[in-house]
Amino acid sequence: MSGNSIYQPQSPFMRWLERRLPIGGLVYSSFIVYPTPRNLNYWWTFGGILTFMLAVQIVTGVVLAMHYTPHVDFAFNSVEHIMRDVNYGWLLRYLHANGASMFFLAAYIHMFRGMYYGSYKEPREVLWILGVILLLLMIMTGFMGYVLPWGQMSFWAATVITNLFSAIPLVGESIVTWLWGGYAVGEPTLNRFYSLHYLLPFVIAGVVVLHIWALHVAGQNNPTGVEPKTEHETVAFTPYATIKDAFLMAVYCILFAWFVFYVPNFLGHSDNYIPANPAVTPTHIVPEWYYLPFYAILRAIPNKLLGVMALAASILIIAFLPWLDTSPVRSARYRPLYRQFFWVFVIACVGLGWLGSKPPEGNYVLFARIFTAYYFAYFLIILPVLGRVERTKPVPNSITESVLGEGLPIGASAPPPIKA
Amino acid sequence: MLVTTMSSAEPTRRDFLYIATGAVATVGAIGALWPLIAQMNPDASTIAAGAPIEVDLAPIADGQVIKVFWRSKPIYVNHRTKKQIEEAQNVDVAKLPDPQPDSARVKPGHEQWQVLIGICTHLGCIPIAHQGPYDGYFCPCHGSVYDTSGRIRQGPAPLNLALPPYEFVSDTKIRIG
Repeated sequence: MSGNSIYQPQSPFMRWLERRLPIGGLVYSSFIVYPTPRNLNYWWTFGGILTFMLAVQIVTGVVLAMHYTPHVDFAFNSVEHIMRDVNYGWLLRYLHANGASMFFLAAYIHMFRGMYYGSYKEPREVLWILGVILLLLMIMTGFMGYVLPWGQMSFWAATVITNLFSAIPLVGESIVTWLWGGYAVGEPTLNRFYSLHYLLPFVIAGVVVLHIWALHVAGQNNPTGVEPKTEHETVAFTPYATIKDAFLMAVYCILFAWFVFYVPNFLGHSDNYIPANPAVTPTHIVPEWYYLPFYAILRAIPNKLLGVMALAASILIIAFLPWLDTSPVRSARYRPLYRQFFWVFVIACVGLGWLGSKPPEGNYVLFARIFTAYYFAYFLIILPVLGRVERTKPVPNSITESVLGEGLPIGASAPPPIKA
Repeated sequence: MLVTTMSSAEPTRRDFLYIATGAVATVGAIGALWPLIAQMNPDASTIAAGAPIEVDLAPIADGQVIKVFWRSKPIYVNHRTKKQIEEAQNVDVAKLPDPQPDSARVKPGHEQWQVLIGICTHLGCIPIAHQGPYDGYFCPCHGSVYDTSGRIRQGPAPLNLALPPYEFVSDTKIRIG
């Protein structure tokens, strides 16, 4: 890292700093001159959007923590105090709550992009697994955050989800008691969830650093799935990717702002405006929308232990994708049959999400089981088999060839882009 | 740094776009930053709790001093004896560390009522009433001595004890704040 010849600082201060802590050179080589495939489309901007949303959640969260009281007798009222008394408290609370939704939406889009273009394939397996770890951390953080307002949904979601661990044979009950810190969800539970909810986002930030590091080792994937062969097939990250990221970030913020300012409670559940009552369970407990697909899978299996295992498996199986997909072709652009199964998978995920919000009866259960079966079959049967039997379209030899057509030497007629 | 390979005498469209984007981003950043800073200012419930309070003077005996809280600050309400009033008035004002006549520290016609903020002007401890060589106030933290008018006489405190805003609603009731 020291003596990085790419970065030549102009100002005396930067020269002084660079010799002692080469952070200028690190930023320069990672985010300014970093070679980025020139054919990336807007689906590649969601990594930047996710980093931005993490920053939003941390900043709004730290600020909300200045006014929130993590005690069962005061938590609900402290949230109302934030909404009514604290300067801009209503804005901070709605930003944080809707920010969580925007965070998960971006994460799911980001993951679907990876699945479509084969971004999980060799040599990006560790990058993909770090991503699954990030998803798990997000799920835990979001769950604990939702408990903090101590509404009816907060309390009963905490009860149901912690009770999942009781399905584990032999040690299950002990684990649940250990999680609760008592005989039921209560004051100890709320306090420890507050502590961990404050902690985990910083763990997420650390894993994000690893995630970006792993990305930079392999380089970005691109819509053709063919690695850049020459310098001409890449552009400097700044200004090209930076501006593309910033643009879609702005558009995404418009969507975010629409929720925050016009329909801030649309994605939430009105029952959470009722203070927690340990004696009365709401008639229809549902988690927030971003957990609904997993919730539907859990409820689709009629056996307690197997349902919990299916829930865990539905997330963990994603980590095995690089080995389950046997196709030598990366991008779905050249895999017409795979593409159809992929879109059915997306429909299955959305369908499971919708079914998760419905009461577990009648046809809802039937379709949840069908979609759950497809979900697992996609990973365990369809992908392994498809990679071996499908007829793929011819993969271009290079990115340039995919744009200009065949018969042209690499980089011959394309003028070099303006480099930083 | 980025435009050096294509420098020209005229500002280009790219320059305009950079400056325009930067300006909008700056305005956006200030707009985003403002609520984050403003939220730390006192909130509506804290401000509401700082409304004026009324103190009934009738139960306070001659020579007695009580302590009330207004806006989280301790306020001494001292029913001064005749001796204390005389000692407060018979002073060479010019020789005081923080010159101020006693008449400026009480309401006219109500010299026996002394209302002051019980926070030492040195580093913020609460001075003890009816203590010290002047039978005024004495701060135990660093030894500041105040007289029966609450004026600093000895010790490190730079200023006299501060006065809260107050008025007499009637002869036996004051409103502080």
